[in-house]
Amino acid sequence: MRRVIDIKTEDITPSITGILAHQGMPPHVQADEPTLKPAREAIALWEHLSQPVGIFAEIAIHEFAQVYIGESRNEPETPLPNIYQRANALALFAVTVGHDVEQEIRRLFETNEFPLGAMLDAAASVSAEKAVDVVQDRFRKHLSVVGRWDRSKGVMPFSPGYCGWHVSGQRALFDTLHPEEIGIELSDSYLMQPLKSISGVLVAGAKDIFQFDDDFPFCSECATRSCRERIMSIIENQPKADTR
Amino acid sequence: MDTLQQLSENMQKGNADQVARLTQQAIDEGCEPKTILDDALVGGMAVVGYKFKKHEIFLPHVLLAAKAMHAGMDLLKPLLVKDGIPTIGKVVTGTVQGDQHDIGKNLVGIMLKGAGFEVVDLGRDVSPEKFLDAAVSEKAIVIGMSALLTTTMPVMRKVIALAHERNVRDQLKFIVGGAPMSKEYAQKIGADAYCYDAVSAVECVKRFIGAH
Repeated sequence: MRRVIDIKTEDITPSITGILAHQGMPPHVQADEPTLKPAREAIALWEHLSQPVGIFAEIAIHEFAQVYIGESRNEPETPLPNIYQRANALALFAVTVGHDVEQEIRRLFETNEFPLGAMLDAAASVSAEKAVDVVQDRFRKHLSVVGRWDRSKGVMPFSPGYCGWHVSGQRALFDTLHPEEIGIELSDSYLMQPLKSISGVLVAGAKDIFQFDDDFPFCSECATRSCRERIMSIIENQPKADTR
Repeated sequence: MDTLQQLSENMQKGNADQVARLTQQAIDEGCEPKTILDDALVGGMAVVGYKFKKHEIFLPHVLLAAKAMHAGMDLLKPLLVKDGIPTIGKVVTGTVQGDQHDIGKNLVGIMLKGAGFEVVDLGRDVSPEKFLDAAVSEKAIVIGMSALLTTTMPVMRKVIALAHERNVRDQLKFIVGGAPMSKEYAQKIGADAYCYDAVSAVECVKRFIGAH
């Protein structure tokens, strides 16, 4: 099963709070009008320019094992094998918000419109993350329709470049999923174009398979530790605190 | 409050229109362009950088101030060129070969210009040869390299190795930055400094040329 998803702009429009948080504004800080103005303009620009689209394709566990090995550059020990091997279903995915937003960000920086350029960059990043949520939701619905989903399960995305999965894993992922169909290209250095694109694997399974301790050697270099929040949201059956 | 003080305060608040008006006013009042630059604009950006470091203001405020500074600089630049006033130093910046992420590199460039440095931005996907050729031909004092991918970080080492090969390592300082970078990695590849953010990049470059 392989599906291209035409994501509605209004489903992934970033919030002002999300944009400001992405730029390092703490939630308790009240944004002043000079800050809010470019944030509002960035959202309007984003709504005009974004072309969000996603794709996902189910993959068998043994097939994903080959994708995950990739170019054999993963960390010696990573959390994902212990998770995906116990999964009920896996799907490779990719999303993008398109080229036009990126070109506009460049133009804004080149014309000294730094505040708006940075706000639009943040808006595009936040919305790309929200696009993953949309694809994840579609995957969940697909599993539900075919009778492979119930409330005891959860879904979590993992991407090359994180949690010890080397970024070179993008190559095997692209060779299998072919996100070129939705306009995403991969460079020799495993960089996706447009830049505001996200790819990875969606893991669906019993909630307890997602639990792991964040004490891998590479965890100390991780600035976000967002895995903790993601695991908690699945275990407690709560949506992520969505301030995006 | 005199014009330069008003100018500095408006720049810190990000009032681009007021900065353009007050810069013109200061010029009309006979103020030296270099004095306007140093005392009002560069001085104002130093305050902005200080407040950012102390978490009194955040990135959006810094960028509003930077945009306002450029509004003043647009008026001053032709006069500074005409007077033959040199910048305090030249920095070559770029995102390394194979990498297209440039927001961080752009922010460093904006802050360096705000501190009075001339920035030669080579853009994205910059080869080691291009970094070195530009630094030598532009007589730069610092090369600033940015990478967001672990796969492109090793290019930084190649740039520094090439500087050794070409016998120009002693003439140049290398600063590196980007999400996957660390102080340890910077030391490992022989860079002179790891810069956590744009403000720390300015501090490093100032330290290198002794301009505090």
